[in-house]
Amino acid sequence: MDNYLLIPFLPLAAFLINIIFGRNFIKDNAHWVSIAAVVAAWVISVMTLVEVIGGRTINKDLYTWIVSGTFRASVGFLIDQLTAVMLIVVTTVSSLVHIYSVGYMHGDKGYYRFFSFLSLFTFSMLMLVMANNFLQLYFGWEAVGLCSYFLIGFWYEKKSASDAGKKAFIVNRFGDFGFGLGVIMIFVTLGTLHYEPVFASVNSLVGETVKVHLLGLEFDLITFIALLLFCGAVGKSAQIPLHVWLPDAMEGPTPVSALIHAATMVTAGVFLVARCNPIFNLSPLAMNVVAVVGAVTALFAGTIALVQNDIKRIVAYSTVSQLGYMFLACGVGAYSAGIFHLYTHAFFKALLFLGAGSVMHAMAGELDIQKMGGLKKHMPVTYWTFLLASLSIAGVPGLAGFFSKDEILWRAYASGPLGHVLFALGALTALLTAFYSFRIIFVAFHGKFRGTHEQEHHLHESPRMMTVPLLLLAIGAVASGWVGIAPLLGGGEHFAEFLAPVVGHAKGHGTHAEEWAVMIGSVILGFSGIAGAAFVYLRRSTIADTLCQRFSFIYQLLWNKYYVDELYDYIIVKPTFWIAKNVIVGVTDGKIIEGIVNGVPGLIGRFSLWLRSLQTGMVHQYATVMAIGAFAVIAMVLLW
Amino acid sequence: MIPLHWYLWLSAVVFMVGVAGFLTRRNIIIMFMSIELMLNAVNMSLVSFSRYLNDMRGQVLVFFIIAVAAAEAAIGLGIIIALFRNKVTAHVDEANEMKG
Repeated sequence: MDNYLLIPFLPLAAFLINIIFGRNFIKDNAHWVSIAAVVAAWVISVMTLVEVIGGRTINKDLYTWIVSGTFRASVGFLIDQLTAVMLIVVTTVSSLVHIYSVGYMHGDKGYYRFFSFLSLFTFSMLMLVMANNFLQLYFGWEAVGLCSYFLIGFWYEKKSASDAGKKAFIVNRFGDFGFGLGVIMIFVTLGTLHYEPVFASVNSLVGETVKVHLLGLEFDLITFIALLLFCGAVGKSAQIPLHVWLPDAMEGPTPVSALIHAATMVTAGVFLVARCNPIFNLSPLAMNVVAVVGAVTALFAGTIALVQNDIKRIVAYSTVSQLGYMFLACGVGAYSAGIFHLYTHAFFKALLFLGAGSVMHAMAGELDIQKMGGLKKHMPVTYWTFLLASLSIAGVPGLAGFFSKDEILWRAYASGPLGHVLFALGALTALLTAFYSFRIIFVAFHGKFRGTHEQEHHLHESPRMMTVPLLLLAIGAVASGWVGIAPLLGGGEHFAEFLAPVVGHAKGHGTHAEEWAVMIGSVILGFSGIAGAAFVYLRRSTIADTLCQRFSFIYQLLWNKYYVDELYDYIIVKPTFWIAKNVIVGVTDGKIIEGIVNGVPGLIGRFSLWLRSLQTGMVHQYATVMAIGAFAVIAMVLLW
Repeated sequence: MIPLHWYLWLSAVVFMVGVAGFLTRRNIIIMFMSIELMLNAVNMSLVSFSRYLNDMRGQVLVFFIIAVAAAEAAIGLGIIIALFRNKVTAHVDEANEMKG
């Protein structure tokens, strides 16, 4: 654990080595550097976790970064139970994704660049989770966003990829703006950015209000800070209304989607809320906002995922939906349940993405599940691991997703009257989750192959470099939940107990009967989702088409993702372009800037044009002027 | 002995003749000669002051001026010849390319 500094800095070293020497020297061996670094980081993380379980935590400032007046920012590390869990999640998934990428990115001309950025991302994410103050958190937060941008636009020759990168970056600006303000507010009101004193003294702010002059309204200070922080979480974790970037981020290479846009970076928002739980706990309003946004997003994204055909986009909407679950858990005060779901979700969702990548690999980049089918016999490892992940996300008892999702649903239900509504949304989402997950399975892996003849000829299981990570993640998808089995099922809820020193215990009460009912209900919903998908898709009946036609309005709405992109296009993108074209280009640039730039020389030109006329080229005029001048000077000297 | 102011009047008259000639005539040779007139008018006043003040430095200065004027005359004539070769005229108004 004393080597904890190596955890973030080994990947940073790998990044530096690869980015400096990659192009000319390391080339196709770039993966060795990165994998060695991240696997070493994983080993140290595991050792750290063991020590944290043993009761040791670290909170240490290493270096004073900025001192200005009363402002003091330092680089420091906090390793507590929450950080330890995040370290394991990040380094495990990152290691497996690194290894998988060796097979997936084989022969890409940006091979060294890919591994550089992957390592840089790992470094940034580790800095984010290990920070002991808000500024360093913000640093990691922005750095992961930057890496996300680099990696979404990794194939930058492709217009859609570079557009998606920009979109992700710009949409995140909206959230990060709020987050930045939140951090500033914390400093302004509490005078420090370190977690420990902030969380210790945040109680003193209860009842204080802040006036926003721009709006002329007065807000409760803590609610204000909490909601500003939540803004950042909404952007990073792709919650409504800033969810639009995540599905587009699928333009990036699939390992990136698995690592950044499923397992780690997008969960940073959940981590933030859990980390700042002392702030959120003091504001019931902010908590309710978090829970409602989470629950609504979960359902919203789940419904969109029902009708999409792009395998990666379905999984992406599934990610948005599951992130909604995590926020729902945090919002009802069950932070440990949220983090628990974050942790199990990292495994099965990374597995789903890597499985999708394996399918794409076999299908030569094809993403449309309608053009697949019958892949089961061609790629058995991919099929079985994908199936396990789907069972896990659907909440089949015994698998990881079951324990975490059940915990969330139960905590939501137990939290009170609003909780009942949120529980209903969550339960409905559970049904949808099972349905769309198995829609992929039944459409893509079962039935007859529906692609071209060449594609069928090309079908093959992926190389071992890719299947081994799938198998390892499958173990996680099955077993990772066993650390948090609810007492009701004879488990010890070790996960929640482990995290309790940081995030506390979930409140809320309920009888055992209710808890059983919630659990059995969610299992029934999961199975009915699977059965529904089997009924509709397994036999390739016409039910799906009939339903689409019968409810074509709803189908169109879902197919077009509730027209959110179009809405933003109209209310933000188009007006921005209009302003850019008519105000910036037309007035600011055209009139003001060009006016100054062209006006000054123009004025000088006109003045000199007048001045030029003095220079006639006539010797006599010069001589006359000279003579007059000379006489004038003499006259002055004599007559003064 | 002729009083000093007679010399100075002569010098001034010669100088003004030079100035008037330079300003009114268009023939570059004449103008050049007018310049020489002005120079020599100045020389004349210098010599007279030198004699009047019993100080030889004025006359030394005149020798310098004559030497420099000789060089200047050589260059001036060179310019006139170059102008004449290009313009086939000695009329200065026709050489006005240097206007702004």
